[in-house]
Amino acid sequence: MINTILFDNHVKLGAKMVPFAGYNMPVSYTSIIEEHLAVRNAVGLFDVSHMGEFIVKGKDAEEFLQRVTSNDVNKLEIGQVQYSCFPNLNGGIIDDLLVYRLDETRCSDGEKAYMLVVNASNIEKDWNWLEEQKGSMELSLEDISEKTGLIALQGPKAASVLGKLTTMELNKMVYYHFEKGTVAGISNVLVSATGYTGAGGFEIYAKNEDLIKIWEALIEAGQEYGLKPSGLGCRDTLRLEMRFCLYGNDIDDTTSPLEAGLGWITKLDKGPFNSSDIFMEQKAQKVTKKLVGFVMEDRRVPRKGYPIYDESDSEIGVVTSGTLSPSLDTPIGMGYVKSSQAKKGTSIWIGIGEKRMKAKVVNPPFINEE
Amino acid sequence: MNIPSDLKYTSEHEWISVDDQNIATIGITDFAQSELGDIVYVEVDTLGENLDKNTIFGTVEAVKTTSELYMPISGKIIEFNSELDEKGGDNPSLINEDPYGRGWIIKVAIQDRSELDELMDAASYGSSIS
Repeated sequence: MINTILFDNHVKLGAKMVPFAGYNMPVSYTSIIEEHLAVRNAVGLFDVSHMGEFIVKGKDAEEFLQRVTSNDVNKLEIGQVQYSCFPNLNGGIIDDLLVYRLDETRCSDGEKAYMLVVNASNIEKDWNWLEEQKGSMELSLEDISEKTGLIALQGPKAASVLGKLTTMELNKMVYYHFEKGTVAGISNVLVSATGYTGAGGFEIYAKNEDLIKIWEALIEAGQEYGLKPSGLGCRDTLRLEMRFCLYGNDIDDTTSPLEAGLGWITKLDKGPFNSSDIFMEQKAQKVTKKLVGFVMEDRRVPRKGYPIYDESDSEIGVVTSGTLSPSLDTPIGMGYVKSSQAKKGTSIWIGIGEKRMKAKVVNPPFINEE
Repeated sequence: MNIPSDLKYTSEHEWISVDDQNIATIGITDFAQSELGDIVYVEVDTLGENLDKNTIFGTVEAVKTTSELYMPISGKIIEFNSELDEKGGDNPSLINEDPYGRGWIIKVAIQDRSELDELMDAASYGSSIS
């Protein structure tokens, strides 16, 4: 089990640590619900250093990423971020990721540089896939995961807290854009207006050896705003309320981005890419199953793997994620159902043992965006 | 971790105390509530039923996980703590706040007091979770 550089800080803050993707990670410090509400209403601080980061650089970097990712990399300006996925060759998803288009200060003429941020659980799988896909293309791949730390400062007060520690113009930073600057006296820190919570805020990438200083400065700067250190427990409830997919639950090697509602990052008009022919056919013929969000009518909580039934008790799908939504104080879930049952307002039944608990299909997100 | 010495314990992390009228009070331990985290719903739909030892009498929903509740002893379920019940106080977080006190879950009229001898005392429960 790997400890992140902030392990001692988590223990000092009273975190309950759990194994996650090979890392010892804080699941919560006080209570998942308290931390969740702090992020929605004020600000929370997450250690997500377990995430993987790869640098792709070279003359063929763009062409390479156009082939291995589903979104249109050609649309990315320097300083912009894009949500995307790596399709496999069978129409499934190897991983979902963020693509950062970096500045070209260390590039030769005609070269482009990108940072890919991938799920901790998939670092090795993704790396092997990219190495294999690279072939003889003119580009370099570098895995900087082990030396790169990542913390997420999320919530409506995030800019106020981070603003105390930097001269960067945070309020002008557009969603899914980033800049490099000085934070808490540390230079060359990458601050990105992204996150996995729907609460607004920033993700902060720094060298591992600088991370403790930034973390501690943020904890102190955040006190007056009610900042709470927040664990993976509420990261999951926050993303679920937004109906963001979690790799391994809602998407995996067997699910298509079109089934998962990720058509918006599957740019079929950009030219051929891995599995694009399969996705085109799926788009023309309509997919047979779809990922939906649903709200339970009573208090039992849906969990991954529970079967989903229609009103005549025929099995029509399976739950992929579920939790109690702390914002709504109601159990919510996501799951795949037959496309005919995926319309908003459809009644479905979640099988919990012998019981059938009624739920209703809703449009994403479960809560209103800021 | 709080493990009162006057209670008996199961390997499924229930505690039980029995008064001299053979009425048992049953809940989950401090260790169990801390492992589960925020408890958001308790379901007991076995009120009035006679259940055997080790059978399921209810379910606890926490934010992250679902956990079944097991009878530490055979008997008839005569009360479900209305403070926890959705139809009563609707305050299942009492289990987090006070697992051995206001967070008790059910009362059971027991048949065979000798079944208590098969349960763990505080010392052996303590070593089972350490």
